[in-house]
Amino acid sequence: MAPKEWQLVTQTHPAPARAPRSRRRVARSWVGWGFIGPFMTVFTLVFLAPIVYSIYLSLFRQQLVGGNSFVGLDNYRRAFADAQFWSSVARVGLFLAVQVPIMLGIALFVALAIDSGRLFGRNFFRISIFLPYAVPAVVATLMWGFMYGTRFGLIGNIDAALGITLSDPLSPGLVLASIGNIVTWEFVGYNMLIFYSALRVVPTSLYEAAEIDGAGQFRVISAIKLPAIRGALVIATIFSIIGSFQLFNEPSILQNLAPNAITTYFTPNLYAYSLSFSGQQYNYSATVAIIMGLITMAIAYVVQLRGMRKEA
Amino acid sequence: MRGFTHRRLVRGAALAGALTIALAACSSGGSGAPGTTPSTASSAAGQSALEQGGKITVWAWEPTLKKVVADFEAKYPKVTVDLVNAGTGNAQYTALQNAIAAGSGVPDVAQVEYYALPQFAIGGSLADLTSFGAASLDGTFTPGPWASVKQGNGIYGLPMDSGPMALFYNKSVFDKYGIAVPTTWDEYLTAAQKLHAADPSAYIANDTGDAGFATSMIWQAGGHPYTVDGTNVKINLADAGSTAFATLWQKLIDQKLLAPISSWSDQWYQGLGNGTIATLTIGAWMPANLESGVAAGKGQWRVAPMPQWTAGGTATSENGGSSLAVPKASKNQQLAYDFIKYADAGAGVQTRIDGGAFPATTADLQSAAFVNKTFDYFGGQKVNEVLAKSAADVVKGWQYLPFQVYANSVFNDTVGKAYVSGTTLQQGLKAWQDSSVTYGNDQGFTVNK
Amino acid sequence: MTIPSTSTSTSTERSRTAARPMMRSRRPPSVDRPRRNVILTLVTGVVLVYTLVPLAWLVINATKTQPSLFGSFGLWFSGHFALWDNIVQTVTYDHGIFLRWLLNTVLYVVAGAGGATLLAVLGGYALAKFSFPGKRAVFAIVIGAVAVPGTALAVPTFLMFSRMGLTNTPWAVIIPSLISPFGLYLMWTFASEAIPTELLEAARMDGASELRTFVKISLPLLGPGIVTVLLFTMVATWNNYFLPLIMLKDPTWYPLTLGLNAWNAQAATAGGEAIFNLVITASLLTILPLVTAFLVLQRFWQSGLAAGSVKE
Repeated sequence: MAPKEWQLVTQTHPAPARAPRSRRRVARSWVGWGFIGPFMTVFTLVFLAPIVYSIYLSLFRQQLVGGNSFVGLDNYRRAFADAQFWSSVARVGLFLAVQVPIMLGIALFVALAIDSGRLFGRNFFRISIFLPYAVPAVVATLMWGFMYGTRFGLIGNIDAALGITLSDPLSPGLVLASIGNIVTWEFVGYNMLIFYSALRVVPTSLYEAAEIDGAGQFRVISAIKLPAIRGALVIATIFSIIGSFQLFNEPSILQNLAPNAITTYFTPNLYAYSLSFSGQQYNYSATVAIIMGLITMAIAYVVQLRGMRKEA
Repeated sequence: MRGFTHRRLVRGAALAGALTIALAACSSGGSGAPGTTPSTASSAAGQSALEQGGKITVWAWEPTLKKVVADFEAKYPKVTVDLVNAGTGNAQYTALQNAIAAGSGVPDVAQVEYYALPQFAIGGSLADLTSFGAASLDGTFTPGPWASVKQGNGIYGLPMDSGPMALFYNKSVFDKYGIAVPTTWDEYLTAAQKLHAADPSAYIANDTGDAGFATSMIWQAGGHPYTVDGTNVKINLADAGSTAFATLWQKLIDQKLLAPISSWSDQWYQGLGNGTIATLTIGAWMPANLESGVAAGKGQWRVAPMPQWTAGGTATSENGGSSLAVPKASKNQQLAYDFIKYADAGAGVQTRIDGGAFPATTADLQSAAFVNKTFDYFGGQKVNEVLAKSAADVVKGWQYLPFQVYANSVFNDTVGKAYVSGTTLQQGLKAWQDSSVTYGNDQGFTVNK
Repeated sequence: MTIPSTSTSTSTERSRTAARPMMRSRRPPSVDRPRRNVILTLVTGVVLVYTLVPLAWLVINATKTQPSLFGSFGLWFSGHFALWDNIVQTVTYDHGIFLRWLLNTVLYVVAGAGGATLLAVLGGYALAKFSFPGKRAVFAIVIGAVAVPGTALAVPTFLMFSRMGLTNTPWAVIIPSLISPFGLYLMWTFASEAIPTELLEAARMDGASELRTFVKISLPLLGPGIVTVLLFTMVATWNNYFLPLIMLKDPTWYPLTLGLNAWNAQAATAGGEAIFNLVITASLLTILPLVTAFLVLQRFWQSGLAAGSVKE
């Protein structure tokens, strides 16, 4: 899940373009570019230029024998008819539909529990559950990979101790769930913190009023807390979607342990990677990347629109 | 605004264009760096390059090369060798491919496994070493590796090590259940059944699908699934050898006689140490790995000849093994060649043998000191006797695809299905063939046409 | 793409409560000091166990020798307590390369995360407090670019960097790390709330230059936000894996994550030495600095997060 740096969101969302207050208005000038310029310069170099270059690459085809030739939109036609590509898209779609709600659900539950003040040792909870975020994906996957071992790993230990046979977490039927587990483990605390810091700034006067009116805890949560942190929920969802579509590190590292369950086209990102790194199909790989970028943007946009509409 | 955008686009396009030209220039197999390839090859040229000195960069992951480099630098004080571990296997090939495509940062020497060598050679990425006199090394190396570094009339690397296959087995397990060490693959199947029946937690071997292993097995069985003539390629993974392998291995899979553990994982090391994985059919470079990774198995393991497809046979094949090659983009090819000659056919060989490597040089494989060495780890067995014999018995005429790196990368997508679902190995091999054919034709080869 | 936003008035209201957290303790016990709930604590405790078990596994197994690692129950100590030996081996193995990787990582974090924070602060400030041509486009472009899978852009980026002679140098890791889109977003949020525009206008009236105004007036007000952004860019840089994997070939420039992966892969090569005990110990040592930073700085960045909404 790539966009770690993206995921945290506090309660407030400025929308200066949408709700400008007149006293804040400064005459339009280029002075602002003096400040945003350095960011945009580096951004152009490390994000925009490779994207533009990828678009350019996607119009060509380079062969081991025969060299480079302009092929127009051939690569896009190929992608639309590529069963492997679409199976990978479907797989991350499934992942998205199952893992993201579970992860965000747990995160929300814990955030509400800590915020309710009804936990013993809530600071311990907060920091402990957040800790996995500090663990690099490489280390997290290595750890879980060790534990998933059915013979000598933790699963094997449990089997031996209880005299049972648990299913192999790395078998084709379960490997997606096992990856979902790793991702959930890594990011549940992170999302919890997003929700928690959003909850912290909900005015407590609102609860008081509700309690005076005789509303129970669940009523307070559904009527006051959840609507109040909708912005954080939408942002966390959008970035989880981006993360799901970019799923790469975990399956790629687990591939050594489950080579038959995790194919080279397991996720779109892994597919793009395999195409360019094992097959030297840079052009087609760039095409896949661009299509995935467009799909991701479209879905994130829809989620945002829906989130906004409910909010209104 | 429009002017700005336009200018940026133009600049972007120019940059992209420049890159593509670099790509094209590299892959079209143009001439190497100017002024580096000597017109005549002689040891005198080598001598002067060594005396003149210079600096070369070597990309390799082979651990014994560290000592070789140190010795080499001590012997030729004016030469500096920068040994870089740029990743193992495919990771390094990717890096190499990227560097070649980018036209900068290309090393002077790269470790390339035999199965990957044709891909780099046919792509025009490697220097033909005949111009440095490599042809004179004919006979220095064992036939399997030597054939692997030759493509047409060119020689694109010097064999560094080799992996003639043998059967490594855990003797204590076989003794415990009174099972004879198999000499044929039929006996191997029977042994597998007996062992698993006697101890359901024990398996004769582990396998989760490994392209290198499968191709080596097919090789030993006399298969020639790949025939390559320039850019004309034939792929037939249903030939007699391939079918023999698929039939045998399918039985092992169906009867659940293979531990579903991937090689080189922590569970694999555990299994090799505690007797639940009883044999390894693998290359001759394995002893050093067993000693360092499976300390618990000390005294229990032995080496036997590879089981045969026909009783009384002696056929073997190669499994793994690497060459050292000189990329065409190297600016110091003569010095690079001098280094790989030192490491692969000179004093470096003994250094590497002492470090636990298995050589590809005939003289060393036949030397009494090498063959008679006893290994404590293997209960005092003269392991090299078996392994050196295997090196001499490798079946001739095997070819890899000029895009074997890609083919191997999709092995588990296709053949791997046979290990985890109802697909049979034969169906898997067919699927593997199909994707290889498609890729080859996409890349401009003429495959199965 | 606009950012989902709650109405300005609500966020202001919430901000006020958060601005004075001390008030919480003075609120009636029914809301502020609810009864501790054992069942809720137990249920949340399940999540806690889930997050801590893998970390416990890591700590326990870092105390084992390689043989007992393979031969003992994963979640309990076994045999000789080898933690110290393992640590010594880890830092001395291969002439102390681990320490070199640690230093590299520190360099990447200081330069990358430090630079990313600086750029984000400047950029966020510009977005919050200036009106300039192209402003609306900036955020749309930034978020759109993030949706394109980074792994697939790796090869184009590599080729470009290679042309510029940057690959296999620390710059290849540092420059892309300089961009933190989330940091930009957070600083935008923070600056628009934390810096009263009146102050800026007053400074301009006095004839102070924009730079001087920024340094003397705005920067001090941005403190908590800067700490927060710094922490998150630190995590991102510390855990950076894929980018260095592509860009660096020389292990002497590796960050810890790559080094760990190299050690793990080492077991799988002919003649390579299996060092799983060192991989595990090194994993533990890799996450310790970040965990420590979280624990020590949590007060800081927690307040930074909440203060993201503080205004007047």
